[in-house]
Formats: sequence, structure tokens, C-alpha cells
Amino acid sequence: MTTEAKATLDARGLNCPLPILRTKKALAALGSGDTLAVTSTDPGSVKDMESFCQQTGNEMVSSSQDGEAFKFVIRKQ
Amino acid sequence: MNATAQQLTESGGREAFDHWFDERFEQKMAEREANHIPKMTIIATKGTLDMAYPPFILASTAAALGWEVSIFFTFYGLSLLKKDLDLSISPLGNPAMPMKLPMGPQWLRKTELQIPNLLMAGLPGFEKVATGIMKKTMTDKGVAPIRELRELCLEADVNMIACQMTVDLFGWEQADFIPEISEWVGATSFLPIAQKADVNLFV
Repeated sequence: MTTEAKATLDARGLNCPLPILRTKKALAALGSGDTLAVTSTDPGSVKDMESFCQQTGNEMVSSSQDGEAFKFVIRKQ
Repeated sequence: MNATAQQLTESGGREAFDHWFDERFEQKMAEREANHIPKMTIIATKGTLDMAYPPFILASTAAALGWEVSIFFTFYGLSLLKKDLDLSISPLGNPAMPMKLPMGPQWLRKTELQIPNLLMAGLPGFEKVATGIMKKTMTDKGVAPIRELRELCLEADVNMIACQMTVDLFGWEQADFIPEISEWVGATSFLPIAQKADVNLFV
């Protein structure tokens, strides 16, 4: 999954609102249509990431859980 | 009234015109909604470490969502804009603050220490210890330090507005504060910004 994404972001160990802020920054460096794979451990980031995508118009390609880590793939608008 | 509307009124009468208008109105409103950039204003009035978090967390998050944000720092809130950011928490009159140790065995970390508020407030040096414990807990839990959150806000173009009256009142100098402050103004200049905002918060 991560190998498909254009860029990756490790937000593990970070708490609200850092995962969202780092995601926003990582997306800014990408082009339209590129994907970003994010890994986080903050349980609040699951709903927050969803809400972030809805508000900003970026597409949540996938959202999954792997043990204690949450994995998201986001496609830039 | 444009040509289409005039035509509709003449040929189909009132009903057709109303139908056309309703559809057009819906369309225009949806367009307006889609193009609207949400705005938020926050009034930050507290200068303790714990109360520094809400304005900076909300502002940086809103900026990440693409909102336009302005924070008006007034009274003790102005301390949050000082170059030398040295904030403490105050256990006095703050009985809801959980007292837990960020070190030692797990059972001890989970135990809420029952320390009477009066003792916390009256014991010399307690504020320093409590502040140290809070800072360590925040680092351990991956919560960003205030300085970092403030920098993130500045990077995201959050508009920092400082209250001029407060500096005069407390005898501070403008030079004590970060240069990124966009304006030194009073309530009269801030309120028109707040009036246009979708979200107004007082912290």
C-alpha cells in the first residue's frame, strides 16, 4: 500500500492537532492527484482525518487499522 | 429582472417564474456556499500554560482546514505572544486538574493524587513542580509544546492581533513581543473582523 503512494508521513506518537497539521503540510508539497500515506497512533486522528478530507476536498482513498497504528491514504484534490 | 424572467412571466405566468426563480436561487446559494471561505476569530484572555493550548490548537487546526483565522490577544492572553515564552500552570482554584505523576511504575502513574487545592496553592514551589510535571506529561503524550503550535499558526498565516491597551496597562513594551503581530489595536478594530466570522470563541 505505502509503496503506491507518492509520499509517506510518519505521524506516530504525535497528538492532536499535529497529525492533521503535518498532513496538510505534506499534501502542500504534492501535486494534484498524488497520494500520501499517513501512519498515526492517535485514536482521535481517525475521525479527524476524515473530517479534514471532507473540509478540504481531498479524497480519503483508504483508512485502516494495523495493531496500534492507523493508516490512511489520501489523494490530493 | 433579466430577459428569461421577463419571458417566463409573460408566457407562463407567475407559476413558471416562481419555479425558475426557486431553481436559480438554490443554484446560486450552493455556489455561494462552495466558494465561501470559513472565518474564525478567537479572543485569548488567559496566560497560563494550560489555557494557552485551546486558542493555538483551534487556530492551527482551522488554518489546516483552509479557514481564515484571527486571534485577538488581550489581558493575560497577551503573554502568549511574548518572545520569551515562559508559561506556568496555576493549581490555585483549578481543582479539576488531574494530579498524576508522569514517572514511576504504571500503577502510580494511573493514580490520581488527592492533594487539597488549598495546599497546592499555598505550598511554596508547588506551581513550579506542577508546571514541570505538566510539561513532561505533554511531551510524553506527543502533545506539541506551545512554542511549536504558535510557530505552526504563524506559518499558516493566522492573524495575530494584540491589544494595545493591555501593553499600556501592564507597562510592557511592544519590543517584548514577537514581530509577527499584525496589528496593535483595540476592541473597535477587532469587532468588525469578528462580525464577519462564522465562528467566534472566547478563551
